[in-house]
Amino acid sequence: MTQPLVRLQGLRKTYNEGLPNAEEVLHGIDLEIAPGEFTALIGPSGSGKSTLLNALGLLESASGGHYELAGRDVTQFDDDERTQARHDVLGFIFQFHHLLPAFTALENVMLPGLMRPKEKGGPEAIQRRAAELLDAVGLADAMGKKPQQLSGGMQQRVAIARALVLGPRLVLADEPTGNLDTHTSDSIFELLRRFNRDFGTALLVVTHDPRLAARCDRIVRLVDGLIASDEPNLAAT
Amino acid sequence: MTLGFELAVALRFLREGRMQTALIIGGAGIGVAVIFFITAVLTGVQGDLIKRVTGAQPHVVVKPPEETVSPLVAGSDEAPRVASVQARPQRLTTIDGWPALARAVEMTEGVIAVAPVASGSALGIKGDASRSVVIIGTELDKYLRVVRLDDKVKAGVLQLEPGDALIGIELAKDLGAVLGDRFRVQSATGVSEVFRIRALLDLGSRELNRRYVYTDLRAAQSLLGIPGRITNLDAAVRDIMQADVVAARLRGQSGQLIESWIQTNNQVFTAIKNQDIMTLLIRFFITVVVALGIASVLVVSVVQKRKEIGILRAIGATRRQMLAVFLMQGVIVGVGGALLGSGLGLMLVSLFSRILRNSEGEALFSLTFDFGLIGIVVIAAAVLGLLAAVLPARNAARLDPAQAIRG
Repeated sequence: MTQPLVRLQGLRKTYNEGLPNAEEVLHGIDLEIAPGEFTALIGPSGSGKSTLLNALGLLESASGGHYELAGRDVTQFDDDERTQARHDVLGFIFQFHHLLPAFTALENVMLPGLMRPKEKGGPEAIQRRAAELLDAVGLADAMGKKPQQLSGGMQQRVAIARALVLGPRLVLADEPTGNLDTHTSDSIFELLRRFNRDFGTALLVVTHDPRLAARCDRIVRLVDGLIASDEPNLAAT
Repeated sequence: MTLGFELAVALRFLREGRMQTALIIGGAGIGVAVIFFITAVLTGVQGDLIKRVTGAQPHVVVKPPEETVSPLVAGSDEAPRVASVQARPQRLTTIDGWPALARAVEMTEGVIAVAPVASGSALGIKGDASRSVVIIGTELDKYLRVVRLDDKVKAGVLQLEPGDALIGIELAKDLGAVLGDRFRVQSATGVSEVFRIRALLDLGSRELNRRYVYTDLRAAQSLLGIPGRITNLDAAVRDIMQADVVAARLRGQSGQLIESWIQTNNQVFTAIKNQDIMTLLIRFFITVVVALGIASVLVVSVVQKRKEIGILRAIGATRRQMLAVFLMQGVIVGVGGALLGSGLGLMLVSLFSRILRNSEGEALFSLTFDFGLIGIVVIAAAVLGLLAAVLPARNAARLDPAQAIRG
């Protein structure tokens, strides 16, 4: 088997560490994700899904345990190193799209690349790639529009393009269809599935929607800060 | 490293917060305009005042030391008793060997011109009219470099051949004389001489206009009975506000009595100094208020943009980049305010230069496009904006991305 993309060992996360109101949310998570895997993370609210996603996304440091990302031990990374790793390896899709309202759709997609344009082949290459991706998500005509001029589904498509623009190896999606109607949800999910197949990008999708989870390759269920079940989903198409 | 990303985000953030940005740039602009305006008014007022006070006066006067009486000590050593001391009446004292002294004064740092003067009181007589006058005998070419008389000529020409005199306009009126007339000057010792009036001067004050008679040096010397000698050296200094310093320097190197215009017009000088301190305080506090305004707007902006900062951090912006985004906003607001304020300030100055006039009806200050000053203001405002942005920028950089996104 190839080297896993993600390897968590005994990952713990405690909020307000050292304070009287300290609360351990993750009690020791062991999890491996292979390159190109399409995984659903499900579980009741308060089970620690978002915390796990933030830890995987290097947005928060763990309180204990080990985290290996793309072959590197990132457990002890400082803020700058974590920022760089997010930039290089990860992509994010949030429930409420979180586009920057002051920028056009195209600019929003370009933003990650423009932070360090030299690493990413220069502004022209970044713009070309951003335009291609917007075209791929069906927004070729909306590139110059500001987020508030777009529907919720369109905004989420822009967010997907942004998450993919730097060619990440793992995309973390926190309820990407949470505030969309069923039809739009389906098309967004199809898009994710397509990029997963076409680019071999691994995806970890937190979702409440059993219908969507059922279409992932693997379903990890979190309960009270522990993995309750972790099964391949053979029914996925 | 390019600053393109940071600058683009900074500009978009400012543009997004339209009203907020407009208000703070407006506020900073008004602050800068007020500073601009009071500086212009103050410079004008003080310049006018100094011109008035020092108009016909040299900046520094070198005089022979006053003659004093040594007190006679009587009584025993244990209980000395000082006899009453009566001040001696001052005779017309003169400077010996003045050409050497004049050269020494001229060489002193800060001094730009020196002229010898033989001065004393006399009586001006024309027909039945007689008035007490002050004779100022000098070498005109040198004297004109010490005291500007050319802008004080009301009639006639500046020329002091032997037998020529330049007199105050009031004196001419009192004597009933007009340009070209002759009049007699008689000194206390009884010597008298006739002069022809070459020019009428307005010396800026009634008192001077009523008394001053400029003649050539030799004529004054013979009138005053001090042939070959002078009563004082008049000097001009480069920086008029530093006249005291130059006077102290001269005092250190000669045994003469040195008086600067600052000493002789101490009240005026003190008033000017106090004005300076007051305006400095006003400018300082306006600066502080502008800085606080910029800082508070940016603090609010960081709170408003919490989520966006979180997103940018999540997708790879470093702390340093977020710091830069907000520092740049401070600089942009500062520079924008400075440019706006310079424009407003120039408008205010041009408006009030038409309204505010001195007692003679001349404009108190003139509208000068001092681009150097605008440059300094812009740079200072950029630095001010940067400093004001430090605290909010650090708040932005410190935001924890996970928490910021959560809301």
